[in-house]
Amino acid sequence: MVTTQTRIETEAEVEPASLRLREVSKTYRRADGVETVALEPLSLDVAAGEMVALIGPSGCGKSTLLRMIAGLERPTSGTLRLGSRPIEGPGAERGLMFQDPSLFPWKTVRRNIETGPAARGALRECKAEVDEYLRLTGLEPFADSYPHQLSGGMAQRAALARALVNHPRVLLLDEPLGALDQFTRMRMQDEVIRFWKTRRTTTVLVTHDIDEAIYMCDRIVVMTPRPGRIDRVMDVPLERPRHRNDPRFLKLRAEILEMMHLSGEEEES
Amino acid sequence: MAIQVLETSAPSPARHDRGEAVERRRIPSSWPRALAPAVAAAVALVLHLALPDRQPPATSRPFAGLTAAMLAVALAAAAVQRTSGRLGAWARHRSPLATGVVLALAAWDLLTIKLAWMPLPYFPDPDRVLTAMWEDREALALSAFHSLRLLACGYALGAAAGLASGVLIGWSRSARYWGMPLLKVIGPIPATAYVPLAMVMFPNAFASGVALIAVAVWFPVAMLTCSGVADVPKAYLDVARTLGAGRSFLIFRVAVPSALPSVFLGLFMGLGAAFLTLIVAETLGVSSGLGWYLKWKQGYLEYAHVYAALVIMSLFFSGLMTLLFKVRDRLSGWRKGMIRW
Repeated sequence: MVTTQTRIETEAEVEPASLRLREVSKTYRRADGVETVALEPLSLDVAAGEMVALIGPSGCGKSTLLRMIAGLERPTSGTLRLGSRPIEGPGAERGLMFQDPSLFPWKTVRRNIETGPAARGALRECKAEVDEYLRLTGLEPFADSYPHQLSGGMAQRAALARALVNHPRVLLLDEPLGALDQFTRMRMQDEVIRFWKTRRTTTVLVTHDIDEAIYMCDRIVVMTPRPGRIDRVMDVPLERPRHRNDPRFLKLRAEILEMMHLSGEEEES
Repeated sequence: MAIQVLETSAPSPARHDRGEAVERRRIPSSWPRALAPAVAAAVALVLHLALPDRQPPATSRPFAGLTAAMLAVALAAAAVQRTSGRLGAWARHRSPLATGVVLALAAWDLLTIKLAWMPLPYFPDPDRVLTAMWEDREALALSAFHSLRLLACGYALGAAAGLASGVLIGWSRSARYWGMPLLKVIGPIPATAYVPLAMVMFPNAFASGVALIAVAVWFPVAMLTCSGVADVPKAYLDVARTLGAGRSFLIFRVAVPSALPSVFLGLFMGLGAAFLTLIVAETLGVSSGLGWYLKWKQGYLEYAHVYAALVIMSLFFSGLMTLLFKVRDRLSGWRKGMIRW
């Protein structure tokens, strides 16, 4: 069904955009005045159409960074730009997906997917596309089901469709597959990649799964915790489709593990 | 296929079953279960006709006819129970309950007119109450109409005010700063305590009744709407924001729907408070309605009429509650584990 792919491509009038982060930092101030540096000033460029992973142990500020790109949090210092425009608040051009699918429980799957177009007042034009996404995600038989009737994988696919139907210029994924079992997770990775291939939406993926980062992304930003900063940025020079047991895949994996001091006990001594 | 359709082993998309409906279908049809209501009705009829009266009888005797009618219905229902359709399942499910109701009516008849264990005029027999209900049907219907009018005005006003202030206090930080203390200080005062104030502040009894009911409804609705709106999971708001939602979308299409179960709890509590306040308001100033009728008949020791009014009230209030719950199920059927009606 190549026709489907081209249709989505042509309907996507919105071009992917680049992200430019300059000296972005985040400091939280508790009520008692104690300050915690969540993120040291960091700079990062994401090219239009690129898929970049942010990996690192919990507490390294990767989710904070993603929330700042989404506009849900303001940086303490520094600037964030989407294309040529500074990011000053949340907007439809930056779609977000959490580990918890966060589907609206009072809406059917179809209504959930329609939320973006409805919020933008463009529901009528998008009806056909909503149907298309229901079909592409295999959720057609569940269009009129409520979220609590879905399995974890289906709920996450509905959340993905809800984000994609809005044609974001940047897709922000905050450990979107973290709560899924290994098998569902691997299939969902393929699915996200397929959507990404058709649309080439600039994507930032926060994950703590090294395999996922290597399997999916063009570049991997490795972060260190407390305070969060960029340790290293690594290219993934593997052509797609990738194979999880490709020797180069495994070599890259070993490299990242070593960098994060997670290779094994004997090397830590 | 461009994108594979995945996960075929998914849960069924059927709307969640009402557990009760499933249970009903499992009840096997048996003759004792099918005939129990008919037997009960027959016993009630025989006792009523065979035993002598120990109290002066009412001017008309509709109870025998009513029991005979119940017997006829029970026999028809027994036949229905042997069928396998939805109606049959429903009849099987309700059969013990119907038996209980018929036996309770028989016991009432027995304890009052037949055995005279419960004295007149405070405990009239079924014939007296039915007679009162029939003879005074116009006054009762008119009273019910007046009550409904007063209740509808007060409830609508109170619910609207409660929803508006609840959403405002729940959503806006500055509204919460000023509104919450007000809600906490003013709210817990029972609306009926405002009777002295209401009587001087409003031009007539109807307006003061409306105001009292509105105050009674306002507090629970405002409180629960407010807490529902304030407790909207942050993730819903974050997701909606990144989907391009503006402020009014966030309030009315995210926060309010998410708060609906809580809002309906408030509307439910408000309706209960409204009934109470309605009856009090009617016995105080308003000289019409079921509460007024009750007080009036009590004054003349016409207890048959008092019971008649109580029966009408029960049907009236229960009907309104059912209506509210029907609306709730319509609007927030997605939520599980709520109080059932």
